[in-house]
Amino acid sequence: MKVFAAASLIKSGDWLTMAAAAALIAWLALAPWRQGGAERVVIRSGGQVFADLGLLRDRSISVPGPLGISHIRIENRRVRVASDPSPRQYCVKQGWLERPGESAICLPNQVSVELTGRVKLYDSLNY
Amino acid sequence: MTRSTISLATSAEDHRIARLAALAIGLALVDAAIPSPLPGVKPGLANIVVLLVLHRHGFAAAAWVSLLRVVAGSLILGSFLSPSFVLSLSGALASLLSLNLAYRLPARWFGPVSHSILAAIAHLAAQLGVVGLWLIPFSGLAYLAPFFAAAALLFGSVNGLVAARLLQADEAPLPAEEAQAARA
Repeated sequence: MKVFAAASLIKSGDWLTMAAAAALIAWLALAPWRQGGAERVVIRSGGQVFADLGLLRDRSISVPGPLGISHIRIENRRVRVASDPSPRQYCVKQGWLERPGESAICLPNQVSVELTGRVKLYDSLNY
Repeated sequence: MTRSTISLATSAEDHRIARLAALAIGLALVDAAIPSPLPGVKPGLANIVVLLVLHRHGFAAAAWVSLLRVVAGSLILGSFLSPSFVLSLSGALASLLSLNLAYRLPARWFGPVSHSILAAIAHLAAQLGVVGLWLIPFSGLAYLAPFFAAAALLFGSVNGLVAARLLQADEAPLPAEEAQAARA
């Protein structure tokens, strides 16, 4: 008898089981990153909802505020404040937002951008 | 030695299960001694014994050996009734359930390797379920799951191969061994 005849120990269905298990591993590896992507962006101005848009189409939106116009850019399922008249530029420096619940707030110009997903992560945020 | 005043009627079947369970417990201790990069990733060597018992003596004996291994192993390691015991027990119950089902797959195509992988995955699923629902809810467990699953596939395959090799080896026992086994 051969010392270790691996080929005869693994039957054809066993390869199938291994392949199925490998597929399961691949699915598990991808699942946490796939779920919970942002789907919509809510833009507010002066406390009122200015626009509620899907992220699928790339576009630019101009939002008026007390100091001037804030430019919002939607691109590649992400959103950012491209330019804003606020003095410290915090919301612009925040860069691209991609996950649900992320937001950028241009307080002096009273403009905010918030990403929403299928699951609402927070009821409200307090800073 | 003092003569025991208690005597239990034991059958040859009981002795066989006790012997095999002792083997499984020994391997479980070896398992616990092996350092692991990720808590919970263990080769599960005792499952080789469970697979062998399943193929040679049927499901009931395998269930006995597996559950005795969990209880006695936890007593030896000092984890009886601790969370790690609950994890161990839930894993063992899930893999027994999956073995009970996998065992019915056509033997022409599915061997111990399949049984072992399916049991390992059921074991992992039950443990992740217990951790996620009870021990550490809302943890970043989902990010670790693929690593655990990869370990389950690897060790499941290796244990299955070892069991298949051992089963193949005793498929045609020599007459002398047969006689010895009958005497034992």
